[in-house]
Amino acid sequence: MKEGYKLIYQKPKTLRKKRMHYCPGCFHATTHKLTMEVVEELGIQEKTIGVCPVGCSVFAYDYMDVDMQEAAHGRAAAVATGIKRMHPDKIVFSYQGDGDLAAIGTAETIHACNRGENFTFIFINNGIYGMTGGQMAPTTLEGQKTTTSPYGRDPKKVGLPLKMCEIVSQFDAVAYVERVSCNTPANARKAKRAIKKAFEYQIQGLGTTFIEVASNCPSGWKCTPEESLEWLKEKVFPYYPLGIFKNPEEK
Amino acid sequence: MSEIKLMKGNEALAEAAIRAGLQGYFGYPITPQSEVMEYLALEEPKHNYVLLQAESEVAAVNMMYGAGGAGARVMTTTSSPGFSLMQEGISYIACAQIPCLFANIVRGGPGLGTIQSSQSDYFQATKGGGHGDYHLIVLAPNSVQEMVDHVYLGFKLADKYRSPAMLLSDGAIGQMMEKVQLPSPIEYKPDKPWATVGKKSGQERNYLTSLYIQPEEMEEKNIELQAKFKKIEENEVRFEEYKTNDAEIIIVSFGLSSRISKKSVDMAREAGLKVGLFRPITVWPFPANKIADIAARKQVKFFISVEMNAGQMLEDVKLAVNGKKPVYFYGRMGGIIPTPKEILTAVQERSRS
Ligand SMILES: Cc1ncc(C[n+]2csc(CCOP(=O)(O)OP(=O)(O)O)c2C)c(N)n1
Ligand code: SF4
Ligand SMILES: [Mg+2]
Repeated sequence: MKEGYKLIYQKPKTLRKKRMHYCPGCFHATTHKLTMEVVEELGIQEKTIGVCPVGCSVFAYDYMDVDMQEAAHGRAAAVATGIKRMHPDKIVFSYQGDGDLAAIGTAETIHACNRGENFTFIFINNGIYGMTGGQMAPTTLEGQKTTTSPYGRDPKKVGLPLKMCEIVSQFDAVAYVERVSCNTPANARKAKRAIKKAFEYQIQGLGTTFIEVASNCPSGWKCTPEESLEWLKEKVFPYYPLGIFKNPEEK
Repeated sequence: MSEIKLMKGNEALAEAAIRAGLQGYFGYPITPQSEVMEYLALEEPKHNYVLLQAESEVAAVNMMYGAGGAGARVMTTTSSPGFSLMQEGISYIACAQIPCLFANIVRGGPGLGTIQSSQSDYFQATKGGGHGDYHLIVLAPNSVQEMVDHVYLGFKLADKYRSPAMLLSDGAIGQMMEKVQLPSPIEYKPDKPWATVGKKSGQERNYLTSLYIQPEEMEEKNIELQAKFKKIEENEVRFEEYKTNDAEIIIVSFGLSSRISKKSVDMAREAGLKVGLFRPITVWPFPANKIADIAARKQVKFFISVEMNAGQMLEDVKLAVNGKKPVYFYGRMGGIIPTPKEILTAVQERSRS
């Protein structure tokens, strides 16, 4: 450290020195960092196994410096189940997009939650299929335009956006459910706290922990990162309110 | 301690898996193999393995990926429609090189088909089954004893080559009762430095993937896989011959139909026809070289592939014989098991024409 300088922030050591491929302003990058900060703070790097999805975060194993498995599209919950069942003493998380977790992988998500699989879901809900170029997701908002809903999502045709936190908090075996965001520094801190709590509850063996990040996708939404923050506040949060849906401390 | 017992094929398979050090079983019920999970569920309290009834075969195969990737000795069993659902997962498993064992207790298709015994999943089992260039090591048991032996062998080969292995069996072998010798239990100690069990301090993390986005890297991965498949082809071919030494007619048959064909050979011999049976035990790697050798024998007049399908292994036999001798086919479909007499008649007709 240079004289006269004070270290006030550094990247967690649990993030690899690799340039991320995410678009500017994308919350995937923020959420990766928050997750790895939690792993570092809890001192569980050697006990953590992550599962990455098919979606923009398919390369998460390039960035997160923990053992990882790359799952087929939608199957991360089943893969995480397999790992955690063999190693109940390890900390296991799946990191999944909304297409992955709430469309093609809905069955795996619902059943893992209903069994109370003792791992943590980190669910990046950006309301779109980012990786494949901005198609409609199960979470695309009513009227929202995407490449496969060019006139706006029509609920008469494709239903209303799925609310996963609301759904999975119904299961007895699910311990903790919170929806967070990273649109402001304060919210990002809250998101980190939520991820940390989820890991701690997992370590205590309380059951499934589920953190949804109301996320953005400037590229898929065809806007600037700044505009994406506006969209979150104006359109996303009213439909997908932030907050705790299930809290083991209130049981 | 080894033991002799009278057992049903599916139960013998389950017991063999326990003795071979099974650590995780993930499956979904389907006839005619549900006895495997039922047996493992009954025995579970006495052992240390994890047993989980998944919500689908899609989930089951991905639990195998996770558990096998985390170093455990894992198995799943299913029947044809379920095996179709597993194909995507198996493709990922083959590329990420995760050792694990599958058993397809085949029933007649296509579609929902019949619950009766069939061999109509030969193509799917031996040619990869899912997307991409890959193979599973495929063992084709033809007795309850081999259901046991092939579980041991399948697990061993899966570990040795970091590859998925499978038993291609069928409903009849799964359901039949026979005397079996059960081998002594193994104390399984996996040695899998690549497994995702938590990063060791000072070492690189382990990660398992089938994603190589740069085509050059993907080709390199494929070259690596193909080299492995070649090694398996060189070292792991298994077959059985019955009265082939002086045979003029060679029946080629695997699994259940080979049992029946064996009787046809004896009947043919009594009727004065010099018939022999060649039985691939590994249907992948296929014993092509051995068949080519036999085809080169002067006294051999023709081959006839006998299968319970529309003629699938037939293609491999033809490739192996490579035009040296005629290759004919006899088969029944849809869950019908041919009689020894029927096969004999087919052989006799060919030998007259
Ligand atoms: C079986 C299968 N179907 C489709 C695809 C193509 N595909 C890749 S990613 C993706 C959607 C990803 O969207 P999401 O899960 O929301 O992740 P994001 O990229 O938005 O983070 C799709 C459809 C695939 N890889 N596999
Ligand atoms: S496409 Fe969207 S989700 Fe994917 S990296 Fe870019 S901004 Fe993020
Ligand atoms: Mg998305």
